[in-house]
Amino acid sequence: MAQIFKSNMNSLMRVGIILGVVTLGLTGGALFELGADSQYATRQGEAREQPIPFSHTHHVGSMGIDCRYCHTTVENSSYANVPPTKTCMNCHSQIWSDSPTLEPVRASYRTNESIRWTKVHDLPDFVYFNHSIHVKKGVGCETCHGRVDKMPLMYQNASLEMRWCLDCHRAPEKYLRPRSEITTMGYTPKEDQEVLGARLVKEYEVQKLETCYTCHR
Amino acid sequence: MRNRIQVIALASLSVLALTGCRQDMHDQPKYKPQRPSDFFSDGRSGRTPVENTVARGTVYEDAAYYTGKENGKEIEYFPITVDKALIERGHVKFDVYCSVCHGKIGNGLGMIVRRGFKMPPSYHTEKLRTAPVGHFYDVITNGYGSMWNYSAQIQVRDRWAIAAYIRALQLSQNANINDLDPADRTKLASLDKHPPMPKGVAQPLVPDNPANKVEMKAAPAGEAKKTAK
Repeated sequence: MAQIFKSNMNSLMRVGIILGVVTLGLTGGALFELGADSQYATRQGEAREQPIPFSHTHHVGSMGIDCRYCHTTVENSSYANVPPTKTCMNCHSQIWSDSPTLEPVRASYRTNESIRWTKVHDLPDFVYFNHSIHVKKGVGCETCHGRVDKMPLMYQNASLEMRWCLDCHRAPEKYLRPRSEITTMGYTPKEDQEVLGARLVKEYEVQKLETCYTCHR
Repeated sequence: MRNRIQVIALASLSVLALTGCRQDMHDQPKYKPQRPSDFFSDGRSGRTPVENTVARGTVYEDAAYYTGKENGKEIEYFPITVDKALIERGHVKFDVYCSVCHGKIGNGLGMIVRRGFKMPPSYHTEKLRTAPVGHFYDVITNGYGSMWNYSAQIQVRDRWAIAAYIRALQLSQNANINDLDPADRTKLASLDKHPPMPKGVAQPLVPDNPANKVEMKAAPAGEAKKTAK
């Protein structure tokens, strides 16, 4: 009986195996790359569950309360604080003061126990980020956090990936706005953004910081 | 034998691949602001100073500056220099923290009042126009009536800036029309005849102005009368 496989099949098989491994590797790599960038991995656009269904749409959108009324530290500190229960009670001691939805707020105030809010914008711990310097240089809340006045439940508007940070760090003039408009939602520049941006870069002395140790320190 | 080595090699490779997915560097065992703590019984990593201790730089000796009072009396003067920058700073801070109830011009018709909060008195009453400036500082610091204190939200210097801006607001609503040029005076009277301006804009903006009362749907009816005097 004749051989089914001729001797040259040996080398053919070797080439086939190598090709197979390479293809598998490439496919795996591509899938990982796609997966790591996916909204599933970055959790972009995913509303998080909170102990109280706090609505920014209501407080910012329809009441017009400025971001800084609650997030008081944003201009002076690296972080924009989640407000203490007392800030809620400034108004809710009188308004909606018997609403069952707000019972956790009142309970927190009575017992002095913190409300455990879920952090939505959670950067990796090896990234240093400072809110105050961004606000001082003319980066609006909306530029990173999106239309918060249209978020019934808070979600992460941007991917928060490094390339997203770098987009702005490489060309800040595309995104800057006057300091007086920092907390404005739905801001549109009154003049050409290129002209305005270039002027603000000069006026606020904005640097293009792209070194690793700007953020990884 | 050879088979086993291959299996082990494959296994260790896959373990290596798995370690690539660990998040240790993302979630390091350290405290960042407002991060919860398993160590302290109240679950907070942010701690308050130990009782009866004073941190460096937090001895508040200048009573007039830090309390707005001298010998228990509200001071009549600003303990810091008031310039345009301070008033402008006060404008920003007033709009953020005060206007929600007091309204942007201080007439007591802020958005929260329209939604049912007790209406605060207008700044443009005789009583508050003549109140010592230390009074405004004291109210921001310690609260007054239904208004809770804002000492945690507004820093000391900014409280004075707001007080300065309140003075500017009071002046703006109590200016004498005769101080204006005759040309400007005629413009003022016809201000509400120009399309983008709301009707009644030339009227004095005080709470008992009927033009404003229409907007106050949710506020309790009795309050407006009581505080408008």
